[in-house]
Amino acid sequence: MTQAPVKLACRNVWKLFGDGAEETLARHDGSPGEDAIKAAGLIGAVRDANLDVRQGEIFIIMGLSGSGKSTLVRCLSRLIEPTAGEILFEGQDLLRASEREMIDIRRHKMGMVFQHFALLPHLTVLGNVAFPLEVQGVDRAAREQRAREVIELVGLEGRENYYPRELSGGQQQRVGIARSLAVEPELWFLDEPFSALDPLIRREMQDEFMRLQNVLHKTIVFITHDFDEAIRLADRIAIMKDGAIIQTGTPEELVIDPATDYVAEFTRHIPRAKVLSAGSVMTPLGATNGFAGEVRDTDRIADIADKVEAADAPFAVVGDDGEKVGVLNRDAVIDVLIGRAVDRTPDS
Amino acid sequence: MTAAIAKRLTLTNAFWIGALIFSFVLAANARGWLPRWATKYPRKWNIPVKQTITDFMNWLVETATFGLFTFQELTRGIAWLLEWPLAFATSLLSSGFLQGQGSDAVQILPPLTWIAVLVVIVAIGKYARDWKLAAFVGACFGYLAVFGQWNSAMVTLSSIVITVPFGVAGGLLIGIGGYRWPWFERAVTPVLDLMQTVPVFAYLIPVLFLFGFGPVAAMIATIIYAMPPMVRITMLALKQVPGEISDFGHMAGCTKRQLMWKVLVPSATPGLMVGVNQVIMLSLNMVIIASMIGAGGLGYDVLTSLRRLNIGAGLEAGIAIVVLAIALDRLSQAFVHRPPPVHIDPSQNYLQRHPWFVTCIAVIVGTGLVGLVAAPVQSYPEALQITTASFWEDLVKAINVNFFDQLEAVKTAVLLNVLVPVKRFLLGLPWGWTILLVTLAAWQIGGWRIALLSVVLSGFIVVTGQWPKAMITVYLCGVSVMFAALIGIPLGIAAAQNARLGRVIQGFIDTLQTLPSFVYLIPVVMLFRVGDFSAMIAVILYALAPAVRYTAHGIGRIDPSLIEAGVVSGCTKRQLLWKVKLPLALPEIMLGINQTIMLALSMLVITALVGTRDLGQEVYIALTKADTGRGLVAGLSIAFIAIIADRMIAAGARKARARLGLPEH
Repeated sequence: MTQAPVKLACRNVWKLFGDGAEETLARHDGSPGEDAIKAAGLIGAVRDANLDVRQGEIFIIMGLSGSGKSTLVRCLSRLIEPTAGEILFEGQDLLRASEREMIDIRRHKMGMVFQHFALLPHLTVLGNVAFPLEVQGVDRAAREQRAREVIELVGLEGRENYYPRELSGGQQQRVGIARSLAVEPELWFLDEPFSALDPLIRREMQDEFMRLQNVLHKTIVFITHDFDEAIRLADRIAIMKDGAIIQTGTPEELVIDPATDYVAEFTRHIPRAKVLSAGSVMTPLGATNGFAGEVRDTDRIADIADKVEAADAPFAVVGDDGEKVGVLNRDAVIDVLIGRAVDRTPDS
Repeated sequence: MTAAIAKRLTLTNAFWIGALIFSFVLAANARGWLPRWATKYPRKWNIPVKQTITDFMNWLVETATFGLFTFQELTRGIAWLLEWPLAFATSLLSSGFLQGQGSDAVQILPPLTWIAVLVVIVAIGKYARDWKLAAFVGACFGYLAVFGQWNSAMVTLSSIVITVPFGVAGGLLIGIGGYRWPWFERAVTPVLDLMQTVPVFAYLIPVLFLFGFGPVAAMIATIIYAMPPMVRITMLALKQVPGEISDFGHMAGCTKRQLMWKVLVPSATPGLMVGVNQVIMLSLNMVIIASMIGAGGLGYDVLTSLRRLNIGAGLEAGIAIVVLAIALDRLSQAFVHRPPPVHIDPSQNYLQRHPWFVTCIAVIVGTGLVGLVAAPVQSYPEALQITTASFWEDLVKAINVNFFDQLEAVKTAVLLNVLVPVKRFLLGLPWGWTILLVTLAAWQIGGWRIALLSVVLSGFIVVTGQWPKAMITVYLCGVSVMFAALIGIPLGIAAAQNARLGRVIQGFIDTLQTLPSFVYLIPVVMLFRVGDFSAMIAVILYALAPAVRYTAHGIGRIDPSLIEAGVVSGCTKRQLLWKVKLPLALPEIMLGINQTIMLALSMLVITALVGTRDLGQEVYIALTKADTGRGLVAGLSIAFIAIIADRMIAAGARKARARLGLPEH
């Protein structure tokens, strides 16, 4: 797979809350340990975070409450000033941008969706969605025209003149999404956008979100505390604990090869069939002949389990170019389905 | 460990009991035992703060200059700026638009007809909530017309209409400053504290001195007086805007100005409306008091009646103030609780979308035209007015004739058994001893900071020669607060224990709180004439509300599981109250007493009108002489007494709350 260029990167970002944060960092050569931070009376909300978000991917930052994920995303958008580090947006260090430049970048290149919607109570749906354009000084006709387009995109046409409190939670978040898309941002932050919604609505909104992303192909930084949601939506996931990123990888990598027990604990209850692909459970190509059929190495087990289980012979796994790269056995698929540890020793 | 604490406790208690007994002995004999300077602070030791302030004010008015213009020109400029809107509002509501001066003036346009004002008020009531409120405020204004108070009420209303926007805008801007710059908030907060504890009259004096006698000076005093709560509420409301909303504002690329005016302020509007209500109520209160420096209207009517002891007329005007206050309070409260707007059907035309506005304009123009030819439409016909003055006059006479002995007996009993002994005791104590005791108490409750504060502030009172008058203030305030607590706390307990009774008491308290402080004097003077006892009764009535409210609130917010725990342990109702509820509600009750003290002090100044001889009288005299130094020093002394009490009680409540493990406010 060819890798898309990096859109947003952060390098050694620290955010320590409390007095004397910078001095403490300097005293420990820019990298104080947890004990040193505590001893200085500080709170290490983000500690030495490094990540690369590639163009067009959904990058999810996952962590429980208090893990620092919200602080990190606010550092990335510079709503919070990090104590140290670099935030590179298209190669430019945001932390060196002037206030004016920052306003400009936010007006044209960034959008953000909030957990509790953050809609302005005194404006209608139309007014809320058009607001980011209004502050840019776009004239009324043009901004309302654009606002109507995005309102239609999120399926809220007919509600333009409603006030936020007249809408359900799911509808309010659709307004929030529409508003963040009004300026056609390149970088889209979503801070726990579906956490405040009921489970059924949450699912519906996740589907809606995937539909939108298939149309828009934004670069997305998505925050959640829900690992299921992360698995469902992410291209890649960064898991945070106590302010530090402990592992970054695709959902599959996290499930197959968790870096710590903490990550393993999250992945334990995940239906593995939905995460693992044929490529990661296949056995090396042996002397076997007589395949029942072919599957792609990127196919999820859950999608192909039915036909592999029903067939008598194993399936061949093929790569990008159609060449056979491995063998998928019925037993391996069943192992994944019932959650048994995957045995990857070659078939004898 | 426990034994050690018990021992220490008994030691402290023993010390205080001993100190108290010694104080009694000392108060009775100090004059004989101690040198004269110890009991009476010698005049020649006074620091001439008063004179300095007065000289400074004279310098300000006579010689101060900013280069391009003098200070006096500045004050005149401000007055001129405010005069125009006030003149406009008065013309619109009361006098009509005049051409020419004095008695030669010719009316070129009449004021709004009474019908038009009534319709506008009803429409605002309907817009703010519903027909019920509309009918209520309509009835209130109808009362003003029928009972012949219309003109004065409109003069008062026009001052309110102009001062409120200034007060709100000023408070909003200062509040925004405090929100934006933490150093500004730190600088402003103590000033606000001081402004809210300095008695009302003390504002009037410098304003009177700088701006002269008249409606504009009264308006300036009113604006300054009504602004502090708006400042506080603005800072609070802005801080309470959810962080996500301001984050959104940043992410949308708002500039600082856009963030403030397009995001934060509109989102904080419901909170800000609470401030607007406060400004309205304080303005009304102050406009009445400011009649002393030339605000006309209802306050002036009350004041002149009080001076002439014309009970009937005073009471009529007083009731009109109450009616106006309640109407304005309910209206602005309705705006606080008004639900956010709902969507409107865009296919409607202008008339359908703004039915009320259009109706109001139609009625204003229509009745205005008809009023030109038909006088009863222009102003409520005098023949149909009802006056109740003679009724009140007779009623008071009847009470005084039939119950004179009883009333007098109560008055004398309280005077002889409570007021006079307390007064003697406080006045008899040497000033040094009193300061020492207060400071020790402050140190014990709140540590050395509060102790230091109380030394400095009470020292100020001594060295400016205010001590005896301050002690009279303390005694009147203390006795009134004691009675207010004795009445208020049981009422609060009753309100918390019984929901229906609670609503009745709540209604009573709400009404008491809406009344401008002036109004309390009228019935008191009627029944008890002038003197300390009358002052005490007025202060108790005025200061009762917080004692009731905080007690009820304190009991109401106790964690239900704690009460259940008490019930399960087999407490009787009485035990539940004394052993569970009251101890847990104690910090809240203390705050209520604190508020009661603040209100009592502010009311005490006003009772100077009924002949007390305390600091309030000092301020009042200074007001009549426009002596800024004298008034400010006495006013500050009152504020300092309030601050000492406030800091000590607040620290005590904090301690109690920490001991009970209750959350901070």
